[in-house]
Parts: sequence; C-alpha cells; structure tokens
Amino acid sequence: MGNGTGLGRVRGLGSAKHGGNHWVLHRMTAVSNLLLMLWLIFSLLRLPTYDYATIRLWLEQPLVAVPMMLTVISIFWHFRIGLQVLIEDYVHEDGLKFASLAALSFYTFGLGALALFSIAKIALTGTPN
Amino acid sequence: MAQNRARPISPHLSIWKWGAHMATSIFHRATGDGMAIVGAMVLVWWLAAAASGKEAYDYFLSWAVHPLGKLVLVGLTWAFFQHLASGLRHLVLDIGAGYELKTNRFWARGTFVFGVVMTAAVWGYLLVVKG
Repeated sequence: MGNGTGLGRVRGLGSAKHGGNHWVLHRMTAVSNLLLMLWLIFSLLRLPTYDYATIRLWLEQPLVAVPMMLTVISIFWHFRIGLQVLIEDYVHEDGLKFASLAALSFYTFGLGALALFSIAKIALTGTPN
Repeated sequence: MAQNRARPISPHLSIWKWGAHMATSIFHRATGDGMAIVGAMVLVWWLAAAASGKEAYDYFLSWAVHPLGKLVLVGLTWAFFQHLASGLRHLVLDIGAGYELKTNRFWARGTFVFGVVMTAAVWGYLLVVKG
C-alpha cells in the first residue's frame, strides 16, 4: 500500500479551517449569556416570592418563557464548548477522550431538552388550579 | 553537557509563584465547569419541578431553603459573578489589550473583588431586604 493521497493523509487530523468558528461561538455565547443571565437575575430578584403559583404565573408569560428558553440554549451551548476544551486539555488518550466528549454531548442535549420541554409545558398549558 | 550554574536558566513548569492573573485563570475554568455541572442541574431541576406540579416544586423548594441548599445557591451566585468578571476580562484580553503587568494584575484582582461584592449584594438583598 502507498501512503495515500495528500488529502487522505490529513483527513480527520485538523480543524479544516473550522477551528476559529468554535472559538468565536464561545465568545458570542459569552455575550448572549451575559445579557440573558442579567435579565434572569434581575427578573428573579423582582419577584415577590418564589412559591409554585408565583413561578408558574411568571414563567407562562411569552416574554418570560422565550428569554428563558434562549437562556437555556445560550448557557448550554457555551458550557458545551467550555467543557469540550477542558476535556481536550486534560484527556489525552483517544478512546477516553472520545467517550468523554460523547458523554458531554449526551449530558448537554439530555438536560437541555428537559429544560426546554419544561418551559414549553408551563407556557403552553398555563397554571393548573 | 556541563552547565554554567551562574547563567540564568529558562523557567521550568514547576518553578513559579502564584499571582492574581494565574488564580483568575484557574478560577475561571473551575467556576465555569462547576456551573456547567451543579448550576445546570439545579436550573433544570427547578424548571422540571415547576413543570411537574406543586408537589415536585415544593420538594425542590424544601432543598432550596435548607441551609445546605442555600450554601449551594450562594456558591453558584459567587461562581456566576466570578466567571462573569473574569470572562469580561478575557474578552478584553482577546482583543489584545490589558497585558501590561500592572494593568493585568489590577483587573485580575478586580475580578475577585467583583465576585465577592456582587454575591454579597444579591444575597444581602434576598435575605435582609426581602427577608
């Protein structure tokens, strides 16, 4: 067997010019996290109480449910990138790195789906009596 | 090879002393990863409990008002503001500014002051003003 074509030898080894995108997305989501988390913290501090009825009535409003969904997406996207960098920095064995990154994706998408579904359920079904 | 011991040698990985900038860096990672794991779970537990019904939500609340639960929430608040401050510092460093020794150290120390002051402000408001 020969050494393959030039393209064949490098395929799967490098960023193929997409590495910068990852870095930029981390910064973009940092800025959206900043705006959305400030909204969340100030909104929560302005609530009179944190009991079930208050939280349900608050969360079911469109102008609360939508920013809350965006907050979940932005935060989860940002920490998915951050934890990936952590794994790439400290886990050097290929198999374990692959498994760690897979586990990270399952964690992020699993938890994120539960969060988004919960917000949607509250917003679309209203407060039960 | 013989080495002239009088010559300055290149710094080695194990020879360094802690500085505010190094602390900021590792705290940025630690607070970020801490929030990604503990913070995300608390947030999702809160949302899922609210979506599930009063019983599930009250169970969440019973943990949130428990001293241990409060400790976690105060810790997450601090992690958030610390990460926010060091993150903003990173955005400035990313555009190539703030690398002068004194400036760098000043803002590195500033992130810790900001983190503690903002955590105290939020929880002071929650516990003292709102009761």
